[in-house]
Amino acid sequence: MLASHRYERSALPMAPSIFHPREFLISLGERFLGMIGLIGGITTLALRTLSSLFRHKLAVNEFFYQLVAVGNRSISIVWLIALFTGMVFSLQLAVGLGRFGLKMYIGQIIGIAIFRELGPVLTSLMIAARVGSGIAAELGSMVVTEQVLAIEAMGANPIQKLVVPRLLATLFSALILTTTANLIGLLGGALIAISEADVTLQFYFDQIRNTVILEDFTSGIVKAGFFGFVIAIIACYHGLTTSGGTEGVGESTTRSVVHASITVFILDLFLTKLFLVF
Amino acid sequence: MDLIAFQHVDKRFGAHRVLVDANIAIRQGETLTVIGGSGTGKSVFLKLLLGILRPERGRILFRGKNVPEMSERELIEMRRHIGMLFQGSALFDSLTVAENVAYPLRVHFDYSEAEREHIVQTRLEMVGLAGIEKMMPADLSGGMRKRVGLARAIATEPDVILYDEPTTGLDPANTKRIARLIQELQQKLRATSIIVTHDMDFAFSVTDRVAMLHQKRFAFVGTKDEAMHSDNPVVQDFIHGELESAST
Repeated sequence: MLASHRYERSALPMAPSIFHPREFLISLGERFLGMIGLIGGITTLALRTLSSLFRHKLAVNEFFYQLVAVGNRSISIVWLIALFTGMVFSLQLAVGLGRFGLKMYIGQIIGIAIFRELGPVLTSLMIAARVGSGIAAELGSMVVTEQVLAIEAMGANPIQKLVVPRLLATLFSALILTTTANLIGLLGGALIAISEADVTLQFYFDQIRNTVILEDFTSGIVKAGFFGFVIAIIACYHGLTTSGGTEGVGESTTRSVVHASITVFILDLFLTKLFLVF
Repeated sequence: MDLIAFQHVDKRFGAHRVLVDANIAIRQGETLTVIGGSGTGKSVFLKLLLGILRPERGRILFRGKNVPEMSERELIEMRRHIGMLFQGSALFDSLTVAENVAYPLRVHFDYSEAEREHIVQTRLEMVGLAGIEKMMPADLSGGMRKRVGLARAIATEPDVILYDEPTTGLDPANTKRIARLIQELQQKLRATSIIVTHDMDFAFSVTDRVAMLHQKRFAFVGTKDEAMHSDNPVVQDFIHGELESAST
């Protein structure tokens, strides 16, 4: 059987070599240039949006409409993720700290981890998935149906009308959702700490109060603000640069989620280091 | 003086050249139809005129001012005088019909709510769609969407109306209705109209002059009679090819 298999393989015509150094280098170069172009495009949009924010009047109605839309899209999933993250984290700590007889310190670790890291990062990832994808799809659809062109042709500014309200709504939502997610995460942790680690609710929250300082909270919230900003800008960029009809809308949506998620993690590292230095 | 002029205009996207040394002058009050095959730059021509795209070379004059050199404020002011009907109507899905028609009025004027409502009502009456102010674009047929798009294009009583493939996707009855509306608006508003279309029957029913884009430039510009009797084989091929295909 094996012999016949070998025979069949050797009878096949010679397969072309898989690795072509020249094509590989060209492809690498193209990808690099593409990435530079992407970063340049997103940065330009961010600068133009900031400029528009200070130069033009805010479309207040559109901002509140977007704020409600962003909140509606993401609040349930953000709270659910926060609750279960707190619970799972608490469960793991009960096991890990239990090995050293330190179960009672669950609250301290959960408090710092959620306020500084888990709350803002996980909330932002959910916002990137739910809100960022929604923004990219909505703007992408507007581009392929010429609605964005119509805004421009009628003398309005698409950045002022479309990007600024979505940016501010996402940024404010990130702040509000992260704050609430922090609290829900702590509650989730409390549920498991009480049931699995024999820690009283009073002791759990006393531990958090004694350990978590204002800086832990503010550093997480400031991070969430930055994440909200980049998520909205990346989503708007991909939405506004959509081409290729409805298929293009799908591609823009996927790219928006992937690029925003990666950016959140990279930015998280730099912001964490920055906050530790200052 | 010509209202609009393209002088030696080049436009390219990357390595792909769309217009090379394109020249045309458009007079006040006339209806000009731009014809040409797919991808010959007809829509690019409209976007260049609106200042949405910038040419690599040449001048695009609107009332003697070079559009690519206009400031943001000047561009907005110019666009107040230009209305555009888009191929797919481009109505805003999240706004009602009335809000769609009122959109350019909100951008350019400080009208009161009552004044805006009155103008919206008048424009919808002009396109034969009174009473649908509260409807959403998703609830309208293709023909109705085009007419709402037309009402929006004429909301500010523009001096120039651009029509990008106004009959695409419409049945013959709606095509005739749109053609009649364009002629009526032409008489009422005395606007200069620029129509981009493939539909030769429609073009000849509404136009004064025809311009043909071929091989990246205006290969022919003349009256519709001159177009019909032109010696230019490209023009003849296009016109008759289109007429034959339209009649079959």
